[in-house]
Amino acid sequence: MILLTEEPLNPDDAVRAVMTHTDGAYVQFVGVVRSHARGRTVTALEYQAYVPMAEAQMRRIAEQARERWGLACSILHRFGYIPVGEAAVVVCVASAHRAEAFDACRWVIDTVKAEVPIWKKEFANDGTYWIEGEEALPASAS
Amino acid sequence: MTIHVLLFGHYRDAAPSEAEGGAFPVTLADGATVADLAKQLAAQEPRLADLLVRTRIAVRAEFAAPETILQEGDEVAFLPPMSGG
Repeated sequence: MILLTEEPLNPDDAVRAVMTHTDGAYVQFVGVVRSHARGRTVTALEYQAYVPMAEAQMRRIAEQARERWGLACSILHRFGYIPVGEAAVVVCVASAHRAEAFDACRWVIDTVKAEVPIWKKEFANDGTYWIEGEEALPASAS
Repeated sequence: MTIHVLLFGHYRDAAPSEAEGGAFPVTLADGATVADLAKQLAAQEPRLADLLVRTRIAVRAEFAAPETILQEGDEVAFLPPMSGG
């Protein structure tokens, strides 16, 4: 299951999409907007996506996980304005055994962060910042 | 030829005021490359001077190199370091 949406994510959808009766485990990662980052108080994040390319990259990463570990993988990412406490990303992999499920889930979320064209704008107590990799760059007011 | 440019992250704040969603057209000579496009953008807007240093490039939504020769109607996206998740 690959989903890039402005609507709230339902982590259970990601599980249902991958689990079969031959799977003995699933590992799920849910990334949630938190209230602090880089020493600042954060009120919300706004995710910007290059939608067609982001969807293609998410599909590609799921395909690579299937080739490498032979398992099904759900990747859900929300974009637009997301308040603190709500999920921004969900990854779920199902497997016969836990070891490869942990490995694959970790690899998928790490690869999503580095290879899917999505960026976050952070609304903080002292201003608004674009987060680009490890850098936080002041954003113009909007 | 006309190329459609897409800017993301803080570069979108430097897009021409008429750009909607960070997208705007640029006219280039036939045979121009992505690097030529970046040079032209940098000449028009100093905040875009480091595009080739800081961004990855996508042509028609696929990763591409700066020396890629552009075709009429291509969509060129400059992708700063990603921060999804």
